[in-house]
Amino acid sequence: MYKGLAIIFGFLFLGEALVRMLGLPIPGNVVGMILLTLALVFNVVKLEDVEKEAELLVRNMSVMFIPPGVGIVLYWGLIKSQAMPIFVALIVSFFVTMVLTAKFVEFLRRGRG
Amino acid sequence: MNSFGVFLTLALFYLFSKLYQKKRAFYLNPVLLSILSIAIILRTFNISYQTYMESAQILSFLLGPAVVSLAIPLYKQREVIKTYSKEIVLGISFGGTLAILSAFYVAKLLGAEKIVLLSIAPKSITTAIAIGVSEKIGGIPALTAVLVILTGIMGNAIGVEVLNLARIKDKVARGLAMGVTSHGLGTARIILDDELAGAVSGLAMALNGIFTSIVLPYLINILK
Repeated sequence: MYKGLAIIFGFLFLGEALVRMLGLPIPGNVVGMILLTLALVFNVVKLEDVEKEAELLVRNMSVMFIPPGVGIVLYWGLIKSQAMPIFVALIVSFFVTMVLTAKFVEFLRRGRG
Repeated sequence: MNSFGVFLTLALFYLFSKLYQKKRAFYLNPVLLSILSIAIILRTFNISYQTYMESAQILSFLLGPAVVSLAIPLYKQREVIKTYSKEIVLGISFGGTLAILSAFYVAKLLGAEKIVLLSIAPKSITTAIAIGVSEKIGGIPALTAVLVILTGIMGNAIGVEVLNLARIKDKVARGLAMGVTSHGLGTARIILDDELAGAVSGLAMALNGIFTSIVLPYLINILK
């Protein structure tokens, strides 16, 4: 339990430190994820040392979005005044991305034969 | 007052999750219902967001280690990455960029403010990463979180039907498009249809999160 959590928080800290030192515009936790993936691939970290703790966090991620999501109450006016562009963009982008990405990958697959 | 926010969040999420388990309707998404009902409770009882957040932030703090933990499902799918490396690399670059540009330009064309454009740009990646990206590029993380969930709900509700209507038969193409467009909620739906499509969708979600968080800050500088 503590080993796994120490590894996960260690990589989070490493990602945050790197982002700060190099002034990267990427979230520190994403850098931490990339580094942990590489550490697993190159056998620096063993899967069984982090698997249980990591899966517990990933499985319960949904509840963590709620507090930041509630922050929407601060922007009620802005969202109301721009509801039309926001929702049209959301819907159009959904259809365009879904269909064209699928067609593109299907085309690549056909090319392979 | 210190534990009020954590209690409220956990209790509502528990109740809405129970409801969702009983009746698997896409409009009963427990995260979205929790956000909406907490927003209504704060308004009704005149509680500031600040007060709620001070108490509930222990939950969102866990997003940091949770995002790092996404390394584990990613690592476990390394064989799928190897088998379909070309489709995955090209498909995610194409789809990830398209998701950003289409949302950004349609909203811009319809006269959305800049802060809204920045908040809508990362709407196709998984919520946990999208919140961080939105913050980095100067958007409103809360608005991004809600738009991401709505995008996921669309994929969960009609994504498979859209792919059928477009006559996409290839499973890799179906999974990749779903993961790139509608992240976790879309993946949860397509995995019910086909295991390979589900695995590719989950991978596409994780990799598009990485792709978008690296590319978007630079892309936004050009778009601005």
